[in-house]
Amino acid sequence: MADRATFTQEAMQHAGQLYSAALRMTRNKSDAEDLVQETYLRAYRGFHGYEDGTNLRAWLFRILTNTYINTYRSKQRRVQETNLNDVEDLYLYRRLPDIAQASRSAEDTLFDLFTDAEVKAALEALPETFRMPVLLADVEEFSYKEIAEMLDIPIGTVMSRLHRGRKAMQKALADFALERGLLTRTPAADLEEPTDG
Amino acid sequence: MADCNDTLRELEAILDRSVDDELSVGIHEHLEGCSDCMQALDFHAELRAVVREKCLNDEIPADLVARLEQCFQEDFDGDGQIG
Repeated sequence: MADRATFTQEAMQHAGQLYSAALRMTRNKSDAEDLVQETYLRAYRGFHGYEDGTNLRAWLFRILTNTYINTYRSKQRRVQETNLNDVEDLYLYRRLPDIAQASRSAEDTLFDLFTDAEVKAALEALPETFRMPVLLADVEEFSYKEIAEMLDIPIGTVMSRLHRGRKAMQKALADFALERGLLTRTPAADLEEPTDG
Repeated sequence: MADCNDTLRELEAILDRSVDDELSVGIHEHLEGCSDCMQALDFHAELRAVVREKCLNDEIPADLVARLEQCFQEDFDGDGQIG
């Protein structure tokens, strides 16, 4: 087992990423700061439960997620929203044909199309049931299995919440683009019915 | 070989690297010959990269870092132990 000094030093390297995730979870700076501090306190006290050589980042995220669910979620007393309007597949793609077709430079174009604040808002607007899996998968790059363990839900539920959450997020991004007149209101016809070939 | 419908249906699973081996081979064969599906896959891969980058760029406040370092060095909650 690592000594405490080494452990805290390594744990602190993840502080920035934990703070970003805490902001997406709590949606407010003050709660995010408290959540990260509580996470590090619990990590420090539970240091003996950490097996040296295993994934420290995943271990810290498990503590972060647990602390959020057990402390801040109940504190905020938000009504659990579990419904999301159903959104069609490939929602954004079918409405951004010009950008989609410039596929080689799609990243630059998409990167410039949405502001940081819009992307954060699109994620934070998701009901928590969907926001947590999308945050843990698409931003933090954890596997279905790791997310299932962190949220204590079956893998199939992780997958279905990811699918619906991602579509809702695409809809939110599409709405931002639409507001700025950058988007076609109807999906591109040639992409609607995929044919083999 | 997989077709466009198989490929578009599995788009998320492909990006999540959770397609089983047999289907994965079929989809990759299809993608080599289908620029429409390749374009859709590229778009969603780039979208994910953009979301990731833009949701990870918050700067951690210096006073929070100081608070965290402090809690490793003193009895934070008065229970007689560090932390």
